[in-house]
Parts: sequence; structure tokens; C-alpha cells
Amino acid sequence: MTTVSWSGEPGTSRGPGPFLSVRDLSVEFSTEDGIVHAVDGLSFDLEKGTTLGIVGESGSGKSVTNLAILGLHDPAHTKIGGEIWLEDQELISAGRGTMEKLRGNRVAMIFQDPLTALSPFHTIGRQIGEVYRKHKGASKKEARDRAIEMLRRVGIPQPETRVDHYPHEFSGGMRQRAMIAMALVCDPDLLIADEPTTALDVTVQAQILDLLKELQQQFGTAIILITHDLGVVAGTADNVLVMYAGRAAERGTVREVLREPRHPYTWGLLSSMPRLNSSVDVPLRPVRGTPPSMLNPPSGCPFHPRCDYPKLAGPELCFNQRPSISPETGHGDACYLTLEQKRELRTAKTEDRA
Amino acid sequence: MNETLLELKELVKHFPVRGGTLIKRQVGAVHAVDGVDLTVGAGETVGLVGESGCGKSTTGRLAARLLEPTSGKILYRGQDISHSSRKRLKPIRPEIQMIFQDPYSSLNPRQTVGTIIRGPMEVNDINPSGGRKKRVQELLEIVGLNPEHFNRFPHEFSGGQRQRIGIARALALDPKLIIADEPVSALDVSIQAQVVNLLQELQRDLGIAFLFIAHDLAVVRHFSQRVAVMYLGKIVEIGDRQSIYERPRHPYTHALLSAVPEPDVSSEPRERIRLAGDVPSPINPPSGCRFRTRCWKAQDKCATEVPPLVRLSGNREGHLTACHFPEAPTTQGEDVVLDPALA
Amino acid sequence: MTSYLVRRVAGALVILMIISAITFYLFYAVPRDPARAFCGKICQPETLALIRHNLGMDEPLFVQYWHWLVGIFAGREFVQFGSCPAPCLGYSFATQEPVFSAIVDRFPVTVSLTLGASVVILAFGILTGMIAAWKVGQPLDKIASSSSVIGASLQIYFVGPLLAFYLVDTMQLIPRPSYVPITENPLDWFTHLMLPWVVLSIIFTANYTRMTRSQMVEQLAEDYVRTARAKGMSSRSVFFRFAWRGAMIPILTIFGVDLATLLGGAIITEQTFSLHGIGELAVRAVQNTDLPMLLGVTIVGAAAIVLLNIVVDVLYAFIDPRVRLS
Ligand SMILES: Nc1ncnc2c1ncn2[C@@H]1O[C@H](COP(=O)(O)OP(=O)(O)OP(=O)(O)O)[C@@H](O)[C@H]1O
Ligand SMILES: Nc1ncnc2c1ncn2[C@@H]1O[C@H](COP(=O)(O)OP(=O)(O)O)[C@@H](O)[C@H]1O
Ligand code: SF4
Ligand code: SF4
Ligand SMILES: [Mg+2]
Ligand SMILES: [Mg+2]
Repeated sequence: MTTVSWSGEPGTSRGPGPFLSVRDLSVEFSTEDGIVHAVDGLSFDLEKGTTLGIVGESGSGKSVTNLAILGLHDPAHTKIGGEIWLEDQELISAGRGTMEKLRGNRVAMIFQDPLTALSPFHTIGRQIGEVYRKHKGASKKEARDRAIEMLRRVGIPQPETRVDHYPHEFSGGMRQRAMIAMALVCDPDLLIADEPTTALDVTVQAQILDLLKELQQQFGTAIILITHDLGVVAGTADNVLVMYAGRAAERGTVREVLREPRHPYTWGLLSSMPRLNSSVDVPLRPVRGTPPSMLNPPSGCPFHPRCDYPKLAGPELCFNQRPSISPETGHGDACYLTLEQKRELRTAKTEDRA
Repeated sequence: MNETLLELKELVKHFPVRGGTLIKRQVGAVHAVDGVDLTVGAGETVGLVGESGCGKSTTGRLAARLLEPTSGKILYRGQDISHSSRKRLKPIRPEIQMIFQDPYSSLNPRQTVGTIIRGPMEVNDINPSGGRKKRVQELLEIVGLNPEHFNRFPHEFSGGQRQRIGIARALALDPKLIIADEPVSALDVSIQAQVVNLLQELQRDLGIAFLFIAHDLAVVRHFSQRVAVMYLGKIVEIGDRQSIYERPRHPYTHALLSAVPEPDVSSEPRERIRLAGDVPSPINPPSGCRFRTRCWKAQDKCATEVPPLVRLSGNREGHLTACHFPEAPTTQGEDVVLDPALA
Repeated sequence: MTSYLVRRVAGALVILMIISAITFYLFYAVPRDPARAFCGKICQPETLALIRHNLGMDEPLFVQYWHWLVGIFAGREFVQFGSCPAPCLGYSFATQEPVFSAIVDRFPVTVSLTLGASVVILAFGILTGMIAAWKVGQPLDKIASSSSVIGASLQIYFVGPLLAFYLVDTMQLIPRPSYVPITENPLDWFTHLMLPWVVLSIIFTANYTRMTRSQMVEQLAEDYVRTARAKGMSSRSVFFRFAWRGAMIPILTIFGVDLATLLGGAIITEQTFSLHGIGELAVRAVQNTDLPMLLGVTIVGAAAIVLLNIVVDVLYAFIDPRVRLS
């Protein structure tokens, strides 16, 4: 465990609970066009040593949520509500100094495009080393040795020479490995990976996902894996959170959500994806329409303009009242259909497809 | 098989790399496409898969004759168009159309949707009965957009809708062959499915042949009757959909298939192959078999002899593989994990 | 690096050759006959022809150019003026002094003026731009931004005399601008050039303040800056260790382009403060249709700009490791 001083932050203690707990998070941006409600009433928990996959299409608020955990939003244009607890520390109300000590140290992040996310002006070794120096007070020499060790750990060949190279001299897969090395250099408790493989080829994606799993087994890091690909989640995560329009549509274990999806949006996502073994003669079943603008999210259930079942669930409810995720714990979803209805509809769908 | 529409024969495209002191001279070449043989029949859909930089787009642009090949032949309906002049190409141009990956940059932001779709008709001086405007509205309707929207600008549409505009533009001249370069890669899953369905409908209803380029193996499988797998400028395996996905023989095809993340938690164990490192540079491709630097079956022969693309015994007709030591035709149970540090 | 420099210098020579050929053609194709100026009030056609011959002006233009070019490297003999050792840019028609030595005499003035102003522009412009970006939207930013707008709208020949009147004549804060060679007395060199530097840099500085500010703001929104913040870097080190490099690249590019304008500004400044620099030579040469002088000044000016651009490119590679000088 790392040593971060928690003292001097009044009112920030809490009884035992999950390792990370996001409660009723909302993030609003004020822009020229109006207020963007990027995240609205989102809650989830994460336990140590487990991986939570956050899935959703672009614009559903995945990145915004996780930048909020790290406190990386520009306070001048952003309004953040709710609570984020990392063990007994509340992060939204935490001061700037506290957050700077936390970032890169207890909580680290990997971004989608490793080329733009690494500084083109500094060597890989320096970029990894400076995190270590900043948080551990290491000397230049120690930081460099540590950087070499980290590069070796993430499987970069000849780390002793590679450490002095610049990002543009690395291939895409190696850059992402370097990015992971940088994120893990202080042995963080929580790693947030924002679409870490979206910019990579399948074979390299498989390498990187394997690497993340391996490192997690070794060091017990909790991981939030953001992706738009349910396939990536299936092989890597323990729990899933499906996001739609800044809200949670469904949550549960990977098994629960992929085998018995409950929310019509999850069904839509799954039936949109062609599989390696699905029948090729039937057309795909996409969700109709397009995702809503977050400037003006739909009233009621945000999915209702694209949903086929408001009639079944009760149009009054669907159109006017926000469904909240239920049950409170375990496999839950935010939809007014009854469990019975969902089961029937899903069975009908699978039979249709087969 | 029905009439052959497009035939690529030992097609090669090298892009020169320049350097040197004082006078720039060619110091090497990007071997983007290096001996590709491929045919597309009338009304047929052929998929082209492979990792980034392996030459898919270059092949596509050669097939549309947007690029001139370094060597080899491009035959369209039996006519050699490899080095044809603009004038000679003119009658053929309308029949081969392209759809691009990026729905944002492939449409001119200062033109209305109507102007964009009308463009190819004007360039090729084609006047459909009922007038161009009516045709534009018809096309918008076909691709599932509101025909009244021909006066709007691209930025007023979402990514998926823009891709539909690109498709409408490609359809404007009743093409016989559409080369679709990653038409759905930039789209969200649900939108991607909408566009794939649209393309499939068009293909069936209008009998258009497709060269469908993508890196997503599941999408390619869904869309294409035949599939070619590319690696570093060469086709390493080609065959009908079933052969490639169910009885692949090339180690690289195995590796690709095993790397596809599938949203299943219960399916029977698939083989798990993890390649080491990345694709080598196409400026200096490995000798012999280009896959040998990442292949777990590589032997001395692989470094000295280029494996020919041939039908292996036990394979169906038309299923060709370029490998000296092919894999068994199954995708189950094998487990190969290479240490990336060795790459 | 060396091979890069060799290549660049060779390229620069070719460019200068082309520039000189074009200027040569443009200048010597003017309808006014410079030989006329040597011929006196009553000018016999025979005398005029003789003068033209002595000046080498009776030959085809490209032969004249060739002589001129050869003169630079090998020196040349003039019937009119006698021998002119290499590098020879010919003799001034107006003062009959060798062009090259005239330019060499004036060069330190213009170089001091331009380089000094460059330092002021870059140092001051970048500094204020940084401050503005650091305090985006706050009063300090507003002051920096609005004063830069005012600065950009000023003119040298207006500000120059104005400042001279107040600072030199009325308040006697600084000495009247003149040129003291740096080798003679560095302090005097400095104090006597202070006012010209400030005047010349005022209009440019404003531009660099604005550019630095917008470039910094842009860089701060880059992914790699977000990564640095996600690593726990403090805002200050993100700002001064990461973002500035990215911001400097376009600024250097613009500066390379601005050098020519800056040289033009230096000429106006010299005029304003009666400094005896290249500018003065140029202006006088224009007035006198002194073609050799005009050509010489143009070529030396162009050479300076081309050279400084090579320096800028080397700096470029220094800041951005992706740029390789090979
Ligand atoms: N005009 C060009 N000049 C030089 N090299 C080029 C040029 N066009 C393509 N290449 C190179 O040729 C190779 C093949 O490029 P191509 O665009 O065909 O790949 P691709 O398979 O379509 O990749 P992706 O999946 O990333 O789209 C790459 O190494 C690329 O960098
Ligand atoms: N800085 C910002 N200002 C205004 N709107 C923003 C900002 N960042 C994100 N958004 C908006 O918030 C929504 C969620 O974005 P994001 O979390 O990035 O989506 P994703 O799920 O693709 O990661 C989007 O509608 C996006 O446009
Ligand atoms: S709440 Fe209503 S609109 Fe929303 S997903 Fe359920 S059925 Fe559809
Ligand atoms: S030819 Fe050799 S190196 Fe190439 S794929 Fe076959 S076994 Fe591997
Ligand atoms: Mg995102
Ligand atoms: Mg491509």
C-alpha cells in the first residue's frame, strides 16, 4: 500500500464499504449551445482485485464518468454532483493537492489513443520515471531503473535501450504497453482503462487484454475497463455496467448480463453484433434510430425513442418518468418491463435468431 | 460461378521512400501490395480482412483504379485497365464506386447533400429520366434518409446518416461493383448494424458486387460470400466463408480468429493463440513467408521459400492457403502463447 | 546533422541564385539608364556608349549577370573603378564605393537591431502569452490580450518619434538612439539601441502574445497533457514542462516567416531614428537608382533570411524529437 496522508480533510471518513463507490454521480458541462447533461444519477461499486466493464456507445458518458473519478474536468465549465468514495476518501470534495497525490499513484488511467496520449517531446523512460519521482520521491537513477523494470514487466523487448526512445519510435501496441507501464509504475489500487484497445488491431488487442489480466492477478489492482465492445468485456471483466445516455441501463456480473440480458438496450447491443458463429442469412437486428443528444435528453426513460416496448411497459411511465435501476444490488436494470415480460421477450428473440 | 467482373493478377503496388543527401533519390519502397491475385464475380461479395497497414485499402484503391499498379494486371470485365488513361477509364468509372471509412472527412462540408449525391452524375454527364433531383430523392429514400433533406449540409447529420449519404453517392450511377473500405468501422455498434443491413439489402436487391474491406472478422463473415485474409501485402488465405471461418489452414487466420473477442460466456473453448509483437514494416518485409517472424510453426524453409497460394489436400475448391506447414482444419482447443519479449 | 546542414546550405545557395537572377533581371531591365548619371549635363552619344561599355552595360543581360555572379566568388576588374576583390558585389553608381564593404560597414547596425528586437519579441511575447494562458479568462489575461490588440495596431513611424519625444527629450530616461559598436562599449551599444528595439518589437510582440496564448490553450486541451494531469503532475509542471514545447513549434514556424517582415521593419526603424544601417543604404540606393547597391542589399538581406530560417529549422529539431534532420 502506498502512503497518502488523509489527515486534514474534515468530514471524509466513512464506515467499511466497497473499495470504490460512485453514488448518484452527475456531470454537467456548460457550453455555448446550452447545458450538456453528460452523466445523470449514475451509481456503481467496485471491489478490490476485480474488473468492472463499462459498456456503451460513444457519447454515453463513459469517459466523462471516469475523468470525474480522477477529478480531471475543468471546474470552470463543469458541475459535478453526487459522491465518489475511494475507501474512506470522498473525491469530489477533495482538494487539489489531495487529488494530485492520488492521481498516478493510487488511481491511474490509460487512454484510448496511445500516440496522442503520450508526450511526443519526452522519452518513454522519462514519462514513466517522472510519475515515480513525483509520488515516491525517487532519484533520477532510481526512476530510470524503475522505468526499465516496468517496460520489461509489460513485455517490451530490450527495455534498456527502449527506455530512451520517443513514443513515435514505438509501434501502436508497444505504445499502449508503455502507457500501461506508466500507469502501473506506482502500483495503483485502481486502474481506469478508457478504451485501451480501440485503436489497436485484434491480435494486439488480445495481447494487451491478456497483459491487463495478468497484471491484475499479480498485483490485485481493481480495474475499470471502458469499452464499446461487449466482446472485450466478456473475456476480461467480472462485472458489467451498460450505460446509455449518461445513465446506467443494466448492471450485473458478466455472466448475468450476457446470458440473461434484461434491458432492451442491452438486447439491442447484443443483436447488433454479428458473431463468428451466428447465422449469416438473417439480417442483424440493430437498435433503430440514433443515440440522443445530451443537450436535450429525452424525458422519462432515455431509451424510449428507440425502444419497441413502451406499450408493453406502460407508455405513461416510459415517456414521463425516469426508471431507476432495480433491484438495488446484484443483477439490475432500469426498465419498467416486469421480469416476466423481459424473460418472455428475450426467449422469443433468441428463438427468432436461431 | 457467374461472370467474372474484376480480376487482379499478381498485382503489386510499391510506394517509393525517398531520402539521401543533396539529391532526393529512392532509397526503398513501401511494399503495400505485393503480388495479390483476387477475383470478384458479378453480384458477388468478397471480404478482405487483415491488420492495419497490410494493404487492404491500397488493394481497394487499385481495384477502383484510383491508383496505378507498379506491376501486375487489373482486369475489369476482361478488359485490362491497369494503365488505362483517364479517357479510356471514363466509361468504366461509373460502374466501380467506392465507399470510405470516415463519414466525416469523405463528404465536402460546404456542399449540400443533394450536390454531393448529384456529383458523380454531373462528372459523368448522366441524365436519368425524371431529372437529377428526382434521382437524388430516390437515392435518399433507398438509403433510408428523408428525401426532403437534399438541401441540408453534412454536419446536420449523424455519423451513420453521413455514411448513408456516402452510400447514396456511390449508388448514383448504378454501379456494378462497390469497393467499400471499412464502411462501418467508425460507427457505433447499433448504427453499424443498420448500415450493414442496408448494404446487404442493396447488394441483394440491385445485384451489386462488393469488395468489402474491414478488420472486423465477424462483420466480414456476415457480409461476404468469399473472404481473403491479407498479411503484409499478400493474400495468405482465401476461400468461401465457411472454409475460412470453420476450416482455416493458415496459422495467421487461426491467430486472427482466436483473437476476436466474442460476447459469449458459455461457448465451448476456442483455441487461444497470442501472437508476439506487431506486424513488421512493409518497407523491409521478411524474406520467404512474411508471417514467419510471428509464426509459431516457422522453420528454415519458411525463411527461404515464399509459400505459394495453393489448394491444400482436403480443402474445398477455391480454398487456397499460402503456408509450408499448415494447421489442422479446426479452431478448437489449441493454445499458443508467445512471449512478446521474444519478438 | 552535418549532412543535413550541407544539404540545406546548398539548397539555400540555389535559392539565392534564383533570387539574384530575378532581381538582376528586374533591376537592370528598368527603363532608366544609369549610365546617363555618369555622363554629365551635356552628354554626347559617344561618351554615353563609352560609359556603358566601361560599366559593362553594353553586354547581354545574362552575360552581365554571369560577370556579377563570378565577381562574388572570384572578384572582377572594372574599367571604370579598377579591381574589385572577391567577394565583389560591384561598385555603387552613386558613391563609387565598393558595394560589399559599404554593406559590411552597415551590417552590424541592422543585425543588432533585428536580433535585439527578435529577443525582445520572443521573450516578451511568449512571456505575456504564457501569463495570459495561465490565467485564462482572468483580469491578467484580459489586460495582456487587449494590450496586444492595441500594440498590433501601432505603426513604427508613429510610435518611434512619440516615444523618442517623451523618453529621450522630455524625461531624458534613455540616450538618443545611435549605433555604438558592441566591441567598443557593450553598455552603450545596449542603451543606445534600447528605444529602437522596443519600437520595432511593439507591433510584433503583440502578435506573439496572442499566438502563444492561443497555442498554449490549445496544447492544454491535448491528450498528452491530460495524461500528464492523470499522472498527478501539478498544473504548474503540466504547464511549464509539457504544454510549452508543443506551443513553441507553430510559433517558431511563424517566426521564420516573420523574419522577412522584421527586416522590413528594421529598415523603417533605421529611417525613423536615423541609424546608419542597411536600410539607409537601401533607401538611398532606390532614390539614386543605384543598381549594384540595390542588388547587393537585396541579396545580403535574402541571404540573412535564408540563413536564419535554417537556424529556425535546427531549433525545431531541438524542440521536437519527431523532426529529424536527415
Ligand atoms: N501514398 C502512400 N505512400 C507511401 N506509403 C503508403 C501510401 N499509401 C499507403 N502506404 C503504406 O502502404 C501500406 C498499406 O496501406 P493500406 O492503407 O493499404 O493499409 P490498410 O490495410 O488499408 O490499413 P488500415 O487497416 O489501417 O486501413 C501501409 O504501410 C501504408 O503506410
Ligand atoms: N468538456 C465537455 N464539454 C461539453 N460536453 C462534453 C465534454 N466532454 C464530454 N461531453 C459530452 O458528454 C457526453 C458524454 O461523453 P463521453 O463520456 O466522452 O462519452 P463516451 O461514453 O464515448 O466516453 C457526450 O455527449 C459529450 O459530447
Ligand atoms: S423503460 Fe420503457 S422505454 Fe425504457 S427500456 Fe424499458 S420499456 Fe423501453
Ligand atoms: S509458411 Fe512457415 S512461417 Fe509462414 S505461416 Fe506457414 S509455417 Fe508459418
Ligand atoms: Mg470515450
Ligand atoms: Mg485502410
